Amino acid sequence: MPIQTEPMTVNIGPQHPSTHGVFRLRVTFDGENILEVEPIFGYLHRGTEKLAEERNYVQIVTLTDRLDYVSSMINNQAYCLAVEDLLDLEVPQRAKYLRTLTAELQRVASHLMGIGFFLQDLGTLGTPLMYAFRSRERILDLFEMLCGARITVSYMRPGGVFFDAPDDFWPALDQFLKDFETEYKEIEQLILENEIVMVRTRGVSVLPLDLAINASVSGPVLRASGLDWDWRKMDPYDAYDRMEFDVPIATGGDNYDRFWVRIQEIHQSIRMVKQCIQQIEPGPIRADVPLILRPKPGAEAYGRVEASKGELAFYLVSDGGISPYRCKVRSPSLINLTVTEHLLVGWKLADMIVTLGSLDINMGEVDR
Amino acid sequence: MNCVLGPGNILHDTLLFRVIYDGVGHVLPCWLSYAVAGLAIMLILVNGVLLGAGLFSWVERRLIGRFHNRIGPNRWGPFGSLQPLADLVKLLLKEDLTPKGADRIIFAIVPVAMLAPVVLVMAVVPFAKDTALANLNVGVLYILAVTSITSIAIFMAGWASDNRYAMFGASRGVAVLISYEVPVVMSLLGVVLVAGSMSLADIVSAQTVPFLLVQPLAFFVFFAGTSAELNRTPFDLAEAESELIAGYHIEYSGVKFALIQAAEFGAVLTSSAVMVTLFLSGWSGPFSNYLGWAWFLMKIGVLAFIFSWIRATFPRLRIDQLMAFAWKFLLPLSIINLFATALEVYFLRDSAGTLDTTDLWIMAGINFGLAFACILVFGTLIREKVRPAGPATGATLSPGEAD
Repeated sequence: MPIQTEPMTVNIGPQHPSTHGVFRLRVTFDGENILEVEPIFGYLHRGTEKLAEERNYVQIVTLTDRLDYVSSMINNQAYCLAVEDLLDLEVPQRAKYLRTLTAELQRVASHLMGIGFFLQDLGTLGTPLMYAFRSRERILDLFEMLCGARITVSYMRPGGVFFDAPDDFWPALDQFLKDFETEYKEIEQLILENEIVMVRTRGVSVLPLDLAINASVSGPVLRASGLDWDWRKMDPYDAYDRMEFDVPIATGGDNYDRFWVRIQEIHQSIRMVKQCIQQIEPGPIRADVPLILRPKPGAEAYGRVEASKGELAFYLVSDGGISPYRCKVRSPSLINLTVTEHLLVGWKLADMIVTLGSLDINMGEVDR
Repeated sequence: MNCVLGPGNILHDTLLFRVIYDGVGHVLPCWLSYAVAGLAIMLILVNGVLLGAGLFSWVERRLIGRFHNRIGPNRWGPFGSLQPLADLVKLLLKEDLTPKGADRIIFAIVPVAMLAPVVLVMAVVPFAKDTALANLNVGVLYILAVTSITSIAIFMAGWASDNRYAMFGASRGVAVLISYEVPVVMSLLGVVLVAGSMSLADIVSAQTVPFLLVQPLAFFVFFAGTSAELNRTPFDLAEAESELIAGYHIEYSGVKFALIQAAEFGAVLTSSAVMVTLFLSGWSGPFSNYLGWAWFLMKIGVLAFIFSWIRATFPRLRIDQLMAFAWKFLLPLSIINLFATALEVYFLRDSAGTLDTTDLWIMAGINFGLAFACILVFGTLIREKVRPAGPATGATLSPGEAD
């Protein structure tokens, strides 16, 4: 007969090194085992959706940067697609390629950060994180060349992108791709076959496919559970219809598979970046768009992309004014978080941290 | 008047002590000069350990900086080597907080209780020929007894802090320390068998072949067990930064925190010193009559570097896996090693009961084969045992090929 111990309730967060921002979990433990989990969020609420109702369509781009602040390019892209749908804008080819290229670079940066922090949560002393950040810094440098900003880029605009790439951008990109090959191989060698990583993550916090579908989970978390579900393939936007790439799928649904899917997606993203470099041609970078955008009253649009965390979408409703009547963000991090309780109950404290890392949430996006 | 130290005194063999004792014995009464010499040598030892801990904290931060592709502290002093001093000043000036619900007395004792065993261990370790503070004939036993104070200190810290994270860290820390004590003791018995003595000075002089070669399995078990007891990755559960923020010392600040940190860094050095003495033939090396201390420090440096290297590389194990590693992997290995060593000593020793160098080499050959075989077999077994059973919700499959 097991010894009865008194359950202990502990607040994990909002100030905690491993909650990826200001996320809070009220957890009841029996010794080290988790009995109950109550996720509490809202500590980073900035009212993005309401702020969007007070700004014009171009100004809102800057708000989207601050949602998932480690993949701002993709946020820009989702919002711009929604506005273009609202106004029936035609985006020039070169802008489409530039968007695809930056979005894929951003996905690499975001996944590198996800992988790095996942391993940090596993207890490494930051070595893989620093390896990942080494490459991420290079990507941010490239963004700086494009638009002058590294994190809050605001690079894309409804109807195209804001700047064309400067002349020294392309050699820098080539150099990055060349270096990244060896840098990424180093990261993979360090972690992918590591026995402790395997032991800690294999079979832990399994997300079954039916639950994943019912909970509307998306992105690498869903693909790790075994569903081939990627909007870049199913509903290609921008230049993705001309890209050749695979969608990595794992079937286990455990922490290792979520981590593995991200590792493989980086390879595919790099593949797409290379295709973009080959296919891109000179031309205009932005459609002829008026300074103040005024959609028709009652127009609605849903812009959807496969962001690094999952399906990111903006739902815009216009009342004919210069700002949207309603701007709803479907943020993948929030919806992926809904399965937390199922994933965590029954596992141990140490697994909890790792599982949160494997979901790769971003609080800027969860709380909006 | 001249004071004479009898040969029966445990400090008789300590050269430095004798020199000081004889020196002050000319002017002071014997009992006082005994106390003065003892205090002087203690002062050297305590300050030496603390200085070493400070220096090692800088070295490790520099090393881990390099492992991280960073520079590490490089501002103050040559290559930033005065950084520990700056840290100390900062920590001394910080407010010394005690949580409201804390048990104030126990809370205040902890840093001292953490630091004491670290310094005490060094009392029996010979730095060079005849330079141990006390050449105890039960030196190995003494080390084991003194180091287990740490588990009490950790639990005191966790209990007194009135913090649930600290409590988590403390219960983990105690579980780890108690579990790993067992294989560590068992592995040391092999060394004691070969050396035929528990005195560290005798163990060093018995190592005509370093015991690292004679007792590879014992070294492996001792190394793994020690890194667990030192709370270093992959066994740093008690202060698991990503889970428990700082574990048992989460509520400590200011000078108390400085002492706990000094104890942690010092413990790495003293453990390395013990390992050097037991397995790497201590101070012996070429010109060891004059350069024994240099050999000793160099070997400590090598081991401390390996500790830092491991710390920078590995992820952390989970508590159940850590326990399984101790009880299902290290303990069987140390028992096998003990039995094998006992048999070898029984058959190889000569009529006087001693082993010569040839015998040691033969043992090294046998034990190396044994070590590889055992680690291979038990490693395969433990891989299956440690790997967690999946929860009831779904079967686990390995990642398929990319679509």
